[in-house]
Amino acid sequence: MDVNKKQLRIALRNCGFIDPENIDQYIVRDGYMALANVLMQNNPQAAIEVVKKSGLRGRGGGGFPTGLKWELASKNPSDQKYMICNADEGDPGAFMDRSILEGDPHSVIEAMAIGGFCIGATKGLIYIRAEYPLAIKRLEIAIAQAREYGFLGQKILGSDFDFDLELRYGAGAFVCGEETALIHSMEGMRGEPTFKPPFPAQEGYLKKPSNVNNVETFANIPVIFNKGWEWFSSIGTEKSKGTKVFALAGQINNVGLIEVPMGITLREVIFEIGGGIKGGKQFKAVQTGGPSGGCLTEAFLDTPIDYDNLIAAGSMMGSGGMIVMDETSCMPAVARFYLDFTVEESCGKCTPCRIGNKRLCEILDKIIEGKGTMDDLTILKNLSQVIKDTALCGLGQTSPNPILSTIDHFWDEYVAHVTNKKCPAGQCKSMKQYIIDAEQCIGCTACARACPVGAIKGEKKNPHSINQDLCIKCGACYEKCKFNAISII
Amino acid sequence: MENIKLTIDNKEIEVAAGTTILKAARLHNIEIPTLCYFDLKGMDITNKPGSCRICTVEIEGRKNLAPACITECMPGMIVRTNNIRVLNARRSVLELLLSDHPTDCLICPKSGNCELQALAVRFGIRELPYQGEKSSHKRDKSPAILRDMDKCVMCRRCEMMCNKFQTVGALSAVNRGFNAVVAPAFEDSLSQTACTFCGQCVAVCPVGALSEVNHTASVIRAINDPKKTVVVQTAPAVRVAIGEEFRMKPGTIATGQMSAALRRLGFDYVFDTDWSADLTIMEEGTELLGRLNKYLAGDKEVKMPLLTSCCPAWVKFFEHQFPDLKDIPSTAKSPQQMFGAIAKNYFAQKIGVKREDLIVVSVMPCLAKKYELSRDEFKTDNNPDVDFSITTRELAALIKQANIDFSSLPEEDFDSPLGESTGAGVIFGTTGGVIEAAVRTAYEIHTGKPCPSIDFTELRGLEGIRSATIDFDGLPINIGIAHGLSNARKLLEEIREGKSQFHAIEIMACPGGCINGGGQPLNHGDSRIIQARWEAIYKADKDKPIRKSHENKSVQQLYKEFLGEPCGEKAHHLLHTHYFKRKTEFEVDLDK
Repeated sequence: MDVNKKQLRIALRNCGFIDPENIDQYIVRDGYMALANVLMQNNPQAAIEVVKKSGLRGRGGGGFPTGLKWELASKNPSDQKYMICNADEGDPGAFMDRSILEGDPHSVIEAMAIGGFCIGATKGLIYIRAEYPLAIKRLEIAIAQAREYGFLGQKILGSDFDFDLELRYGAGAFVCGEETALIHSMEGMRGEPTFKPPFPAQEGYLKKPSNVNNVETFANIPVIFNKGWEWFSSIGTEKSKGTKVFALAGQINNVGLIEVPMGITLREVIFEIGGGIKGGKQFKAVQTGGPSGGCLTEAFLDTPIDYDNLIAAGSMMGSGGMIVMDETSCMPAVARFYLDFTVEESCGKCTPCRIGNKRLCEILDKIIEGKGTMDDLTILKNLSQVIKDTALCGLGQTSPNPILSTIDHFWDEYVAHVTNKKCPAGQCKSMKQYIIDAEQCIGCTACARACPVGAIKGEKKNPHSINQDLCIKCGACYEKCKFNAISII
Repeated sequence: MENIKLTIDNKEIEVAAGTTILKAARLHNIEIPTLCYFDLKGMDITNKPGSCRICTVEIEGRKNLAPACITECMPGMIVRTNNIRVLNARRSVLELLLSDHPTDCLICPKSGNCELQALAVRFGIRELPYQGEKSSHKRDKSPAILRDMDKCVMCRRCEMMCNKFQTVGALSAVNRGFNAVVAPAFEDSLSQTACTFCGQCVAVCPVGALSEVNHTASVIRAINDPKKTVVVQTAPAVRVAIGEEFRMKPGTIATGQMSAALRRLGFDYVFDTDWSADLTIMEEGTELLGRLNKYLAGDKEVKMPLLTSCCPAWVKFFEHQFPDLKDIPSTAKSPQQMFGAIAKNYFAQKIGVKREDLIVVSVMPCLAKKYELSRDEFKTDNNPDVDFSITTRELAALIKQANIDFSSLPEEDFDSPLGESTGAGVIFGTTGGVIEAAVRTAYEIHTGKPCPSIDFTELRGLEGIRSATIDFDGLPINIGIAHGLSNARKLLEEIREGKSQFHAIEIMACPGGCINGGGQPLNHGDSRIIQARWEAIYKADKDKPIRKSHENKSVQQLYKEFLGEPCGEKAHHLLHTHYFKRKTEFEVDLDK
């Protein structure tokens, strides 16, 4: 099938192939071999070197080189360090981490143990959303089994390495995916980010050196050791190695999780794997990187997907959300939709994110309601840039991306909203006008009877007309008319 | 530590490694504006969440702008604090803050003293590009503190004070995003919490979100009521700070002008809390010696160490947090309440005025005093011993309203008899002062000899926890001192664990003691002001002809004429109190 042809499953290698509640099935597929080898060689520095050379970068959104992160944490001496797994997946419509935890929990456990060995941590913590009950249950089963088999606990596989895992539940705050906020939340404090430095590698959980990686990042680790860093780094582009899991969604024929090698183009993803746009409509834009990513147009369809190209294009990799929009999407409304999410999820600590995003949302509302001016567009642009420039954490720094990218690529659409008071996509209700063509109308009164607010007047067998001041743009008349006399402008 | 070189605004500078950009710039006269940042140097009080983003600067090679208050200087760094990108960002952030702030500056309690207003003036903001929803929260009035959270700018200074410095935990951020605000749990009223009303949240609030409950209108009404005789008492720390409200140098001792102003405001008798501070020493000192003698005689039942009880915020703190230790503090009332008790039970009779026709007003550097006077045990037939308490700031406002030119006033004395005081009474105004006053008296009574030196400098200072051993003629007495409730907590935990070596401990809730109380002129983060007031207190002490409480003639006369013995039956009835175990609404009583 075309859907599978261009996919390559590394992080999702076991999902659907093994019973996640049976450790033996994981072991049969080379499970815990990487951990055994790393412990046998007993050389944390060499193991970190393998991860560094593989070119693996953080899959949670930041794209920071994983090996380097481990190295930094390993170099800070401390009586206690922590290996932390970020399983607080919060992007709307994204569920790659959940799939891995539900389908292959042992790959994360194994990777955390390897990471713990590399940085010198004997404790691991998985910060997981409480809204993932199945993932939690499977993790608990997997942890218990791993303990029973001696992959967790004291003197793992006869070595001198002790490592054990604990689960911590998140209460559903998007910002807790930011590593410092995540750590504060685990400490029982308010889930708010703090300025870096100090980085978690210097001062993390309980002020001890800590390393935070995302679920998908961890899922890649055992494979890198089993198949070698050379193999892993042969996949992908120069600076982005391996594969990435995306959650395809929106106006596209095949929706769901896909895993593709870095460097694949958006066109291949959308039109080959995704099977093209629903209902034969025109492709308009694709939003990558979750709610704070940017919208990319047709011009970017042949750009190879990797961390740096997406940022250069004004978007980002994020955790791998990919939402496809067709010609009927109104871009200011799309930007408004994403902004709404970041306004809701802002922690409220820094001014630009707390008040700025709210103001952006209000200005977009004005534009969508047909009350915007060109001045509003200037303010929108300036404020977006200021928020990007001044917000404290990744959430705030990226939240204006949907606005900036749609302004960049769909400027005309914004201008149409404020100067012509028209929504080119025909989506913005306030700018729609229903009018009756007097030549077509036979005066059957069907529309007047359907109108819930009595906005349509006219004599029987004479052309009717709509009072625009009363019209609530519900479309009932349009549905009722059998003579194509009503049109939307 | 080694030095590093960097460039700020084309100026090459050299600073110690680890210096923040903000500090480096200020050292070189580049005044980067701040809002959430607060640093009371030498007091271990800092707030730098890096969240307001007003101090934002550009660093060459960095993608986004950086907050100067928490970004450390790096060698070779090139910083710009005033290019168009920075100025635009800073202005936009300020406009955002103002867009979610009421514009009722004219009638705001912080008007003229507001850091946000000052920024708006500095940036010449004339109109706002944003019109949108404004935060709306319910106003909260407690006995001492007024919360108007529509004005909160989320600087989190109050939260830092309440949690880190006072370890009270009454205030913290709640809700998220645009609805985020600093409030008690479940956005309940402050009255329902373990708040001690120390008022340090008010003292650090840059805007009008937190202010004192204002009693000036009631005071004016009382003064102008022909049926009432109104007496006023002024706390020791007020005289060394009130001048600041009239552009006098911090540390100016304005006792004489203050008495003159109070008389011109129409108070019938201008008295001094220093007088009742001397009275407090007679009671507390006697109590200390009593306990000490029993302890030295091997009495296992006697509670040691003795803790001072002048500070009402501290009293409420231990009632909430250490109710198991509520028998340890001295039972002596605070000077404010001793004054009230004597004024209403002795002075009223003496001048032939009925208790209910005598109004006692106190001028305090404190917000907790407003709460203290409302406690039931300080009332007789629902008539409080002290009717109203106003802060130093409120008194200054009254003086200005009454067209009194404070600085040109002649220096006048307090009235007699409740106005005569000693140097020992004055030093109550600072951390370490109460215990030094007690030692001056206890030493002489215990040893029967005069103190070798009146100045017990080993008890002075501004470090959070101090200790000293005073030689009572061969008997070593261990004294502990703490200011700030986090420091008090440490000493209390030692007591709870049975590890405390002290015979007596003085505790004040506010950093520096009353000189930096919640009702004092705002310091805006300048600890030199506190230092100046501190020095002024000891100067005022030195200037007094009598410096030991037991030598106060007026106090001696009171015992002879009315009270009898210190800690005697009448004194016990009028001048001592008891403490309660207090719970907040959310606490579960584990005893039940």
